[in-house]
Amino acid sequence: MSATESPQTPASSLHIALVGNPNCGKTSLFNQLTGSRQKVANYAGVTVERKEGFFTTPNGRAIRVLDLPGAYSLDSTSPDEDVTRDVCLGRHRTEPRPEMLVAVISATNLRLHLRFLLELKQLGLPVIVALSMMDEARRHGLQIDIAGLQADLGIPIVPVISLNRAGVMPLLQALDLPLPAPPVPLPAGLDPHMEVRRLLATYVVDPASGTDRLTDRLDRVFLHPVWGPVILLIVLFVMFQTVFAWAQPLMDGLGNGISLFGEIVLKPLPGGVLHSLLADGVLAGAGTVIVFLPQILILFLWILALEESGYLPRAAFLLDRLMALAGLSGRSFIPLLSSFACAIPGIMAARTIQNPRDRLVTILIAPLMTCSARLPVYTLLIGAFVPHRSVLGIFGLQGLVLFGLYAVAIVSGVIAARVMTRGVKSEEHPLLLELPSYRRPNLRSLALGLWQQAVMFLSRVGTIIVTLNVLLWALSSFPLPPAGAPGPAIDYSLAGRIGHLMQWVFAPIGFNWQICVSLIPGLAAREVAVSSLATVYAIGATDDGAADRLLPLLSTQWSMATAFSLLAWYVYAPQCISTLAVMRRETGSIKTVLGAAAYLFGLAYLAAFLTYHITRAITGVP
Amino acid sequence: MLYLDTLPKGGHAVIEKVEQRAPLDPIATRLGELGFVPGEAVQVVATGPMGRDPIAVRLGTSRFALRRGEAARVGLRTVS
Repeated sequence: MSATESPQTPASSLHIALVGNPNCGKTSLFNQLTGSRQKVANYAGVTVERKEGFFTTPNGRAIRVLDLPGAYSLDSTSPDEDVTRDVCLGRHRTEPRPEMLVAVISATNLRLHLRFLLELKQLGLPVIVALSMMDEARRHGLQIDIAGLQADLGIPIVPVISLNRAGVMPLLQALDLPLPAPPVPLPAGLDPHMEVRRLLATYVVDPASGTDRLTDRLDRVFLHPVWGPVILLIVLFVMFQTVFAWAQPLMDGLGNGISLFGEIVLKPLPGGVLHSLLADGVLAGAGTVIVFLPQILILFLWILALEESGYLPRAAFLLDRLMALAGLSGRSFIPLLSSFACAIPGIMAARTIQNPRDRLVTILIAPLMTCSARLPVYTLLIGAFVPHRSVLGIFGLQGLVLFGLYAVAIVSGVIAARVMTRGVKSEEHPLLLELPSYRRPNLRSLALGLWQQAVMFLSRVGTIIVTLNVLLWALSSFPLPPAGAPGPAIDYSLAGRIGHLMQWVFAPIGFNWQICVSLIPGLAAREVAVSSLATVYAIGATDDGAADRLLPLLSTQWSMATAFSLLAWYVYAPQCISTLAVMRRETGSIKTVLGAAAYLFGLAYLAAFLTYHITRAITGVP
Repeated sequence: MLYLDTLPKGGHAVIEKVEQRAPLDPIATRLGELGFVPGEAVQVVATGPMGRDPIAVRLGTSRFALRRGEAARVGLRTVS
């Protein structure tokens, strides 16, 4: 097809949708067409990602393109396939029906993808086929009679190679032509599988039967019952080593940079409320947000590369049996493992789980995976209350308690997931996971993916976190204490008053008012609880020695039951506004966030209650 | 009849039928949509490290991971 100046098609705008099977090359085509002109959000009320983009054809036609979720069939089995079906049929509540479909079909997997195309023929919408991965198909020795296939199907076919602009030019030119007539539906009663077989036999010359020898060879190693898990362990080890070790200096550097920036910029300001608002409210909030970025970007670099290369579905294959214990599939493993570093990248990584129910459950139990921000609280309390002695000669008691806290959290997560995955659908939960061919990840795609993650996190989550941080700052600062008042300033603030009121609720689990007060600023981030305790006990929170000086104080002022109760609280409580903010963003539902907060706070209260009373009974303290 | 969940690793076979476990069994329907239809050749290329579950199956140019319960719906005839 050539670009002809066609008088019937002035440069009017056009609304199209990309439709295709998972792994058909739809996303790379979308990225190549739109570049960074993309809007990523959720469809209303469901955890399905909505990707829309804009581009212009050579003749200046403005195209709005919707990248529909990958589907195997319009007879949908999941909420993301529901979206694709509803949009294609023009039945979606908020999404208008596109004027034309671009069906993306991989030349390397024609048998599967042509069947779906035959379903799309029934819709009565104009369709163009973008035949992707032609370069790969040729390497495998596949020859396709495109002209013949296009005439037989009654649908224009344009080959695309999504690696560069020139590769998608045939599609851009086709979009400048008048819309093709909607294809004639298949006659009723014709088996689509037979039709696909006929098309393949007639138009595809395939000497090696399209076999991807490289994928076969790699699978023999990567899916081997012994070497497969060994390689996976090494990959995961290196991955988390980089997430922890590479991110830490960057996080420290960013943290220091922000404080330095604050000092320099805020120096001319007089001390007082404005200074405090900017330093402790806005900058501290922005600091919390930016410090997450290195971890998120490093983790996503790995996930995107593993996904694009085709390894991630293999990892899910190897881990499926293990995750089935929690009623989930292998896809949930990496998001949950990431949550041990921080629940925020973990919850964002849950986007790679196609099954929406699994994705939601994974997001809901991610906060139970002990994140690294709990460590300062754990270390402080264990240091103050667990004697430093060895058990059975080899284990330290303090280490055992720490291990126990992690183990309890994991077991609770598994139980919570099992409870959540029951009930609604007790029927069999299918895996049916496609293992695509291995490919070299495309650098442009990776960069675009990382860029989207960063922008989305900073703009959507960052603003919520900064706002809430300022709110917490205001709660903890106002009203100001009267001049010459004894005791810490926070005690006179709203947070202090709320803390005192909260004591009614928290007395049964052994929390004193100091703990209650420090829980409120501690919502900003778990580790902040340590410095806010120091503030409440008037030690001066900001210097690094706070924890060291807090330790002897706590061990004399608190009972062991209170300390253990607070530990139990921290295992479960969603003491982190950023986690709840990212949950809100990822699920698009405030109800889900409230539900998650309710169940986690509920578990925390119950666990702390039991721990408090059992410890009191054992230690004999009334 | 031989079923896909008992086909040994490396074994080739041809699909004879896909059984419905219940009326309008969604898993059987989906298997059909993925191309598990009578007459297609399948090969088990890998089995999971724990309890040989799930299994990885090659079907023409595509590969799928199936849990054993899913594979047990696919009846086969062997080829020499």
